[in-house]
Amino acid sequence: MTQFSTDSQRRTDVCVLGGGIVGLAVALGLQRNGLSVTILDEGDIALRASRGNFGLVWVQGKGDTLPEYAAISRLSAKLWANHALRLKEATGIDIQLQQRGGLFLCLSEQELSQRHAMLTRMQKTAAGDYPFKTLDLQQLREFIPEAGPEVAGATWGPEDGHLNPLFYLRAMTEQFLQRGGTIDNSGKVSKIEPTDSGFTLSSDSGQWHGDQIVLAAGLGNRDLAPHVGLSAPLVPNRGQVLICERVKPFLNYPTGHVRQTNEGTLQLGDSKEDVGFDSGTTSDIIAKIAHRASQMFPLLRDVRLIRAWGALRVMTPDGYPLYEASQQYPGAYLVTCHSGVTLGALHEGPIADWIANDRTELPLEVFNAKRFTL
Amino acid sequence: MPNALPFKRLPTNKAEWVTVYIEGQPVKVRQGDSAAAAVLAAGLQPSRTTVVSGSGRAPYCLMGVCFECLLQIDGVENVQGCMTPAREGMQIMSQKQARQLNNSKPSDLKPTDLKNSHIKNEDTAV
Repeated sequence: MTQFSTDSQRRTDVCVLGGGIVGLAVALGLQRNGLSVTILDEGDIALRASRGNFGLVWVQGKGDTLPEYAAISRLSAKLWANHALRLKEATGIDIQLQQRGGLFLCLSEQELSQRHAMLTRMQKTAAGDYPFKTLDLQQLREFIPEAGPEVAGATWGPEDGHLNPLFYLRAMTEQFLQRGGTIDNSGKVSKIEPTDSGFTLSSDSGQWHGDQIVLAAGLGNRDLAPHVGLSAPLVPNRGQVLICERVKPFLNYPTGHVRQTNEGTLQLGDSKEDVGFDSGTTSDIIAKIAHRASQMFPLLRDVRLIRAWGALRVMTPDGYPLYEASQQYPGAYLVTCHSGVTLGALHEGPIADWIANDRTELPLEVFNAKRFTL
Repeated sequence: MPNALPFKRLPTNKAEWVTVYIEGQPVKVRQGDSAAAAVLAAGLQPSRTTVVSGSGRAPYCLMGVCFECLLQIDGVENVQGCMTPAREGMQIMSQKQARQLNNSKPSDLKPTDLKNSHIKNEDTAV
């Protein structure tokens, strides 16, 4: 994907730092606004959260302590069908988006009642406009007859869904290049210098100049943000994912821990570990994930595991995104979050429009990093 | 079953002959041959069809990586033929598209069954 450019071409309206799903979605939206965009991507040595994630477009339970986050997650879910359709029209790639609802299975009555209470609070905060259902095991089996006897029940979110995150990444890359965008993935940006007319960025491959810049480099934003008067106090949080053999489809809805792809592959996950920048796998966590999945769906007890990986979530101290324009250096923006798939349609849409036009209807002030220093 | 493929046995292999059954037909192979080698020698083509499009496939890498040699062996689906030594009397069938997970009425299972299956999972998966 690397495109080499001569020095004279190394000017662009907007430089987006980070070529993962967050950077690409913002870049596509900026192109839609008529801007020329260059993506500076570190290369395959980067941590690559976009290659390791689970692929859920997930709404239920998100933003239980921040209604604005619940609102933008739901907005993005509503914008998703159109986002996926436009990618398909432009590239022919079907990213396998399904939004038929999702289930979060609970293995104890206590967990189920806590979840019910949380979603009920969220519904109250949203003045009733927050659809969900709490299901006991019998009701859950109307959705998934294979749910096991140890399952207490589940919560149902009709706005939840899933997609293939690798096809998503590929479709966005193709559309970005089709529209004349440049991806330079020849190294990490080591220096950002504000100039009279924008920003000069230095990497191993040389320099780029952008009138505006968007920091969308995941955990890499920690080092980049201070160059332009911003702060990105991000911490890695490891999730391990197990991939099983392809089997005949039985799981018609994604769940918080298990989903089945269009090809029949089962993907098991949702571990959370604070282990620094170690993106490896461990046998104890793999065993726990496999055990929990087979409690939820006993027919998985003899399914074969094909591989496993670890990936690092991009987490802020409160788990919510950072959307911030630099006050000190106008034209520099920070966009970072852990739910790059769910928020993808928002990033291509209203977030890119905010950066292109320097105004927005979104309640972005609550996603400022100042919340961590108050 | 005709030996349609140009595979020749090394004369140095003096292992015992065993009989396996490929799609029900007896085939003699050497002890130590893999099930994938057996279907190649017997000319079973394709030996599986893919999950997504149903197109035909045959053993390829023969070292456990590519998963093209999936077979149904002794009634178990999606077995990697190249990782499975042939045994006397082994029943080998082609793998037709996706494996069907055995949905043995999960509601009948007791939690103790699952605990036991967990131990097996740990042994095999890790």
